[in-house]
Amino acid sequence: MSKAPDLTTTIGTLTLRNPVMVASGTFGYGPEYADLVDLNALGAVVVKGIRMDAGTGNPTPRAVETASGLINAIGLPGPGVEEFIASYIPFLEDYTVPLVVNIWGTTVEEYGQVAARLSEIERVNALELNISCPNIKEGSAMFGTDPEMIREVVQVVRANTTLPIIPKLAPNIADVAHFARTCEAAGADAISLINSVPAMAIDIETRRPLIANVTGGLTGPAIHPIAVKQVWEAAAAVDIPVIGMGGICTAADALEFMIAGATAVAVGTANFTNPNTAIEVIGGISDYLARHGHQQASAIVGSVQI
Amino acid sequence: MTRPMLSETVAVRRHEILHGEYRVLEMTAPGIGPHVTPGQFVHLLVPGLDDALLRRPFSIYRADHVSISILYKPVGKGTRAMVDIAPGQTISLIGPLGNGFPVNDAIKHPLLVAGGYGMAALYMVAAGMTETGTIFMGGRTAADILCVDDFRAIDWTVEITTEDGSLGRRGLVTAALDDYLSNWKSAPIPTATPEFFACGPNPMLRAVSDRARHDGYTAWLSMDRNMGCGVGACLVCVQKVRDPRGANGDWIWARVCTEGPVFECNQIVWDEHE
Ligand SMILES: Cc1cc2nc3c(=O)[nH]c(=O)nc-3n(C[C@H](O)[C@H](O)[C@H](O)COP(=O)(O)O)c2cc1C
Ligand code: FES
Repeated sequence: MSKAPDLTTTIGTLTLRNPVMVASGTFGYGPEYADLVDLNALGAVVVKGIRMDAGTGNPTPRAVETASGLINAIGLPGPGVEEFIASYIPFLEDYTVPLVVNIWGTTVEEYGQVAARLSEIERVNALELNISCPNIKEGSAMFGTDPEMIREVVQVVRANTTLPIIPKLAPNIADVAHFARTCEAAGADAISLINSVPAMAIDIETRRPLIANVTGGLTGPAIHPIAVKQVWEAAAAVDIPVIGMGGICTAADALEFMIAGATAVAVGTANFTNPNTAIEVIGGISDYLARHGHQQASAIVGSVQI
Repeated sequence: MTRPMLSETVAVRRHEILHGEYRVLEMTAPGIGPHVTPGQFVHLLVPGLDDALLRRPFSIYRADHVSISILYKPVGKGTRAMVDIAPGQTISLIGPLGNGFPVNDAIKHPLLVAGGYGMAALYMVAAGMTETGTIFMGGRTAADILCVDDFRAIDWTVEITTEDGSLGRRGLVTAALDDYLSNWKSAPIPTATPEFFACGPNPMLRAVSDRARHDGYTAWLSMDRNMGCGVGACLVCVQKVRDPRGANGDWIWARVCTEGPVFECNQIVWDEHE
């Protein structure tokens, strides 16, 4: 019997055991799922968005289930960078899984400050820059649809850290290739996409929006084909790795991203349905590679036949 | 949070109509069953609901070392799809989840207040107490009054109110509670101070909370919120609570799935519309 395929994946200076991460905001800060999921078997854990100060987030209701999807407007509540370090880093130090911290700010400078502080923490292995959350009125979302702002954010973070940096792109941008190249030129080590898709749902009896924030971001299988297209365009435009996410529930969904050009993938909403989705996806990718006679995960990245 | 929580594939043992539209689903759950404490819930993945992603939280009605039961009424997409679940079928559960009700020897005068599935959710509270007490059940009509025999079998007093008067006294459950409390206060020989345990619709919880706060009693309320993950990761299920570190009037969000679902009424910060 031939040996199991090599799933080792590289993102900048970071080496992952396999290409399957869990997406920011869907896996807490690590401890929440630790009873149910073997964290060390994951490619990486990406924690919920962190900024300088603590924040409360949006009013309730914060989410509504829609056909094959979930609309959420959590609004980036969080403990702030110092409290995050104090509360969660000691827990995470007991695990070897690569740790990616998703960061955001309301100003360009704040991204730099959070990046600088987290770079002092040895346990932090990479930074994902959330420049694409649709659910907050200031910062993040505004940056995400303006390539000039993205360039500034990436440059400021680059100046403040040597960790791999991964800007996370919104789905609702006109020219993905241009945004991706902007990130690459500004010093990004990889790009992740997509964040949730701006969306809305209304109760026809009360005629009120179903979430308090009125609009939110759609995630889950409903957005998978949108994400595959965006990943395909981004991957074609840059030489740095692309991390694909949006609606992954099975290994087939993840493989589609990889064939479209993603070096790695992240599982989001599906964690709520089955906390071991990422673990099952890892096994499924391995089986697929073996079945197709590939020794390495990288063999299928970008192998789409057009 | 009470640990451990586990993910278990369970087999359906029994699934039948209990009363009116309410159904009991009993599952063989040797993993989760033995760890359940009163007031906890399970997060259930409804089989066959392919285009609905989220699990559904259910309060635990009964649990022992090999099984758990839940009680539900088909109201939404998920619970309507559950009607087709057959004995022998397997279901994925995560549980037991959340912090339930305190049940201990120090509680000398327990008063339970329940509406809807709350009557089932409070059964384990009554069964776990060393003292017997009274449960106040409220519903719209007789078909909404559940588990009466369960409570009587463990020597609890059951006070029933229905809005249409079809069973027990006519009116709201809180009126029956008010009468009970005024009798208790005017009794010549004082007995132990009442302590409330409530599970049901939000207006009922709020009414119980108002009475407890007015008279300085302790009231434990089981809050019902839409959930995403059920384990503390998504921050969908949050409830405003008093900030223990802040000034008077400061509040923070607590996760109903993790810090709750049971909160003492003085912790809760109610929104105006609640
Ligand atoms: C409840 C929830 C919270 C999220 N929070 C964040 C966040 O804090 N930062 C971020 O960059 N993305 C966040 N996301 C977006 C996910 O990381 C991911 O990009 C998106 O959900 C698409 O993947 P999926 O369809 O597999 O869920 C969140 C998504 C959900 C469902
Ligand atoms: S349901 Fe996800 S945090 Fe409570």
